[in-house]
Order: sequence, then C-alpha cells, then structure tokens
Amino acid sequence: MFPTPIAQTKPLTQISYKIALPLSIILWLLPLAAILMTSVRSMGDINAGNYWGLPTEWNIVENYTSVFANTAMGRYLLNSILVTLPVMVGSVFLATLAGFALAKFKFRGNLAIFAMFIGGNFVPFQILMIPVRDLTISMGLYDTVWALIIFHIAFQTGFCTLFMRNFIVGIPDELLESCRLEGASEWKIFYTIILPLTRPALAALAVLIFTFVWNDYFWALVLVQSDEVRPVTAGISALRGQWLASWNLISAGSVVAALPPVILFFAMQKHFIAGLTLGATKG
Amino acid sequence: MNQSLRNANNKKASTMQSNNTQNMSDKATPWLFMAPAMIFFAVYVLYPIIQSILMSFYQWDGIGEKVFIGFQNYVDLYYDPQFWTSLTNNFLWLIFYMLAVPFGLGIALFLNQQVLGIRAVKSLFFFPFVISQVIVGIVFAWFYDPGYGLLQDILALFGLGPMPVLADETLVTYGIIAAGLWPQVAYTMILFLTGLNNLNPEQIEAAKMDGAKGWTMLWNVILPQLRPATFIAIVVTVIGALRSFDLVASMTAGGPYGSSSVLAFFMYEQAIFNYRMGYGAAIATVLFLIMLIYIAFFLWRMLKDERG
Repeated sequence: MFPTPIAQTKPLTQISYKIALPLSIILWLLPLAAILMTSVRSMGDINAGNYWGLPTEWNIVENYTSVFANTAMGRYLLNSILVTLPVMVGSVFLATLAGFALAKFKFRGNLAIFAMFIGGNFVPFQILMIPVRDLTISMGLYDTVWALIIFHIAFQTGFCTLFMRNFIVGIPDELLESCRLEGASEWKIFYTIILPLTRPALAALAVLIFTFVWNDYFWALVLVQSDEVRPVTAGISALRGQWLASWNLISAGSVVAALPPVILFFAMQKHFIAGLTLGATKG
Repeated sequence: MNQSLRNANNKKASTMQSNNTQNMSDKATPWLFMAPAMIFFAVYVLYPIIQSILMSFYQWDGIGEKVFIGFQNYVDLYYDPQFWTSLTNNFLWLIFYMLAVPFGLGIALFLNQQVLGIRAVKSLFFFPFVISQVIVGIVFAWFYDPGYGLLQDILALFGLGPMPVLADETLVTYGIIAAGLWPQVAYTMILFLTGLNNLNPEQIEAAKMDGAKGWTMLWNVILPQLRPATFIAIVVTVIGALRSFDLVASMTAGGPYGSSSVLAFFMYEQAIFNYRMGYGAAIATVLFLIMLIYIAFFLWRMLKDERG
C-alpha cells in the first residue's frame, strides 16, 4: 500500500490528515454547495447580493415548483429519458453482438475492425456534424427524438464494442467449445452463454452510456431545436438566456438537470467505476 | 496479464482445430454478428468523416449548389485570424488540461487511505465528473461573475479588486480551462485510485527494505507500476482537451470577441450561424488531423499490447 497507511504514521500526521480530509472535500464541492444553496433562495436574497450566506428564507418548494410550472423543464427531462433509455439498450446490444464476434472468432480483418471501432470513438464530433445533420434532415428525422437516438446508438457502439470485446475475451473458450461439440448454433451459444456471463459488464456499460448520452450537449444543439424534443442540457442552456439574473431559478433548474445521472452514479457506483477504469490496471 | 496470455494461446489452439472443419457458413458467422454494429458505425461515423473531408474542398451554404473550389477554404483559414486564435486556444487547452494528470494523481495519493468514511469521500471527489459540462459551465460562470461571484470575495480578502475573468480577452481561456479541470481531475483521480489499488505489495516491501520512501519510492517504484493508469489518463485528457466545446459554448460562446473560441466551437459557429458548410468542414478536418495523431498513437499502443 502506498502511501504509508495513516494509522502507521506519527500522531501529528494522523491529526492533520483527519482535519485535511473534510476540509478538502468542502473546498472541492464548494461550487456545488453554492448552487444547492442558491436554488432555495428568494429573489430578495439574490437582489440583496446574499449569494454565499445562509438563505433568509428557504424557498425550496417555490423555486422548484416554479421551474416546472413556468418552463418546459418537465418536457426536457422527459425528452432526455426518451433519448437515453433506447440508446442504452440499443448500443449495448449491438456492441455485445459485435464484441462476441471480435473476441471469439478468428478471421481476416478482426484487429482492423476492432481498431476502427476504437478509433471512431475518439474522433471530434465536428467532423461528423454536417453529414450527420444532412442525413438526419433527408430522412425527415430532424428535430425528433429519433435523430438523437439513432446517432447516439451508432456513435456509442464504438466505445461499447471496445468494452464488450475486452470483457468477452476473458470468457474461457472451453465453455463455448463444449457447447459447439453438442451441436449448438453460434446464436444459441451467444444467448445461453455469452449474454448471461456478460451481465456485470452490461450493467457497467449501461450506466456509463446513460451518463454520456444524458450529458450530451453538442448533438442536442445540432440535431434538434424545438422545446418539444430538446433534452435537458440544451434546455437549461436556453432557459439561462431567458432567466438572466434569476440565479435561484437557474440553480434549481441545474440541480434538476444534474440529478438523474448523479442518483444513478451513487446507486451504481461500483459498476460505474469498474466501467470507467477498464484498462487502467492491465497492460 | 498471465490470464489473458493463456486465453490468447487457447484461442489460437482452438481456432486451428476448427479451421479444418470450417465451411462457408462458419466463415460468415462473425460477420453476421458484427453486421448491425458495423452498418450503424459506417453510416454515422466512418462515411461522414470522408464526406466532411470532401466537403472541405467545396463552397456550400447548406441549401444551394456546391461549388468545387479546391484548397480555397484552407487558404482562407490561413488568412483568418479567428482560426489562429482558436488553434492557439486548442494548444492552451492541451497544455493546461494536462494538469489534470498530476492533480488527479495527487488527490488519489491523498485519498488512498483506509480510514472511516473514505469510500464516501472518494465518491464525493469523483462526482463532478458525472455532471453535465453545461452545468459545470453555469456553476463556474457564476463563480467568476464580477458582480457577485465567490472569486471576487476571495480576491477581496487579499485586497484585490474584482477580476472579470470571462470578460477579459487574455484570461478567459484559462478561466474556462480551470472549469474543465474540475471534472477532469475527478476522472484522472479515479483512474489513479484504481491503479493504486492494484499495486504489487511485494515490490513495495522490497523497496522499503532497500530504504526507499517518499518521493524516491513514488518516482522509482510506484509510478512505473501506474503506467497503464497514467497512459489512459493522458489519452482521455488529450481527447477531452481537443473536444472542448460544451464549456466554451455554455460559458462564453467563444467571446469576448472570439477570444475564447476553440476549433470545435469555431467550426460550429461557421457552419450553423454563418452557413459556411465547406469552410466549417475545413476547420473540422484540421481538428480531425490533429486528433488523428493521438488516435494513431493510441491504436498503435493498444494493438501492440493485443499482439504481444
């Protein structure tokens, strides 16, 4: 273990560590604390310049109700969900199929195709923007949730395939071989052996994709434009223009928009981190 | 490592066996499994890259005729000061965003202890990464606000006057990068924490016997073992720096006077607001070529591991 466990150090170090730890966390999360505090302030506080002290009144209900009552925030949230959930299922499913092929079959071009999925995953969005937008318009999908769903499924498939392929490689070949000897088809092997065994990876991947897609801003600007289909990221950004100095409402809106991935993260932390740190230990 | 090596060997042996009995339909099997993913990926990622590069040789407003103009868009870029500002800012992003790697390592070392509640502390440190960059942008825009931002209060403690970071042409990019570092440090930290969790205790004990501690230990024993984590941390930070769009768009929209623009935002602005699709495609191509250096390097490393 490195650094030396704190319990084995001098008492002074131990005490300073115990003080430094909570202090550092307060400092680190100060911006978030400020947003949370502001989201429950009254307009009076905002106008009086009370941004960092305790709120004089706690307008929790008023502010958060106002966000939903006076804006399309509810609709934005729904749109984000409508986009994110199908993408989670779609890209993970496509990638599991492709990952199985890349991990367990030897054929010409295997590595090249694997490299293509990895490389494609890192390209800047701007090199895709104009053609993807044109394609979306010509298919009549511009400004619909389908525009975002299909694009995200396609793009996230790259990352998901990398992930699933590396996971499936670890499944012992003997398992598959014994099934093949019994005459099982490859499709049957896929759904009786591969799918059940990849369940932990599927969970990790699903939470990651949820977060990536939920937080997407660029494509939400490029592929949709009306309030009826706008996801929260583009929505909150548009609201900011309307609210100007109503920082209490902007903050409340931001909290609402950030909450779903945050809740998911705390609920599925282990999976989330396992997914994100894939590759950080081996090699 | 051993495990994956053994798997690779097994795979070789088993495919050699089955090669003899393989007929045409067996050969098609992997392609059938890959087909849906490949079709989606080809239509939405690979083909658009080619289309964009081709489009960069045309003049096009998005609706009318496309006119072939050769390298004119690139020549125009060369004489466009906004392009050079954006490119310079991209390099500033690349350099200063890299701070996320040592910072992340530092915090990971600080948190790699087993005291009560440390798990909760780790996840609290990590969670800025989960929040959308648009919201990170809002939070920091407010932090910097000359009228009521916390930064001004802090500066006042040192007797300094208000500093309107986002309205200052020389400071603005640094201000945005600092905002970007917040979630990025969280990301690299978690990579290093995972790396630290998987250190080889025997090597550390052996080094301790030899009297290594503190910095020598970190530099000679720990860092070499953290190489995979460091590699991934650098890769994701480079990609993040070159992809920077959300923060620029949501904090300043490239302003004041285009001084905080980056290639990603410049491209978006030219194509969506100025209807210069060909010109936008040329900017995207430049950004893509810069990124390609890193993608190629990453793929080369990864495939080397895969083969070796």
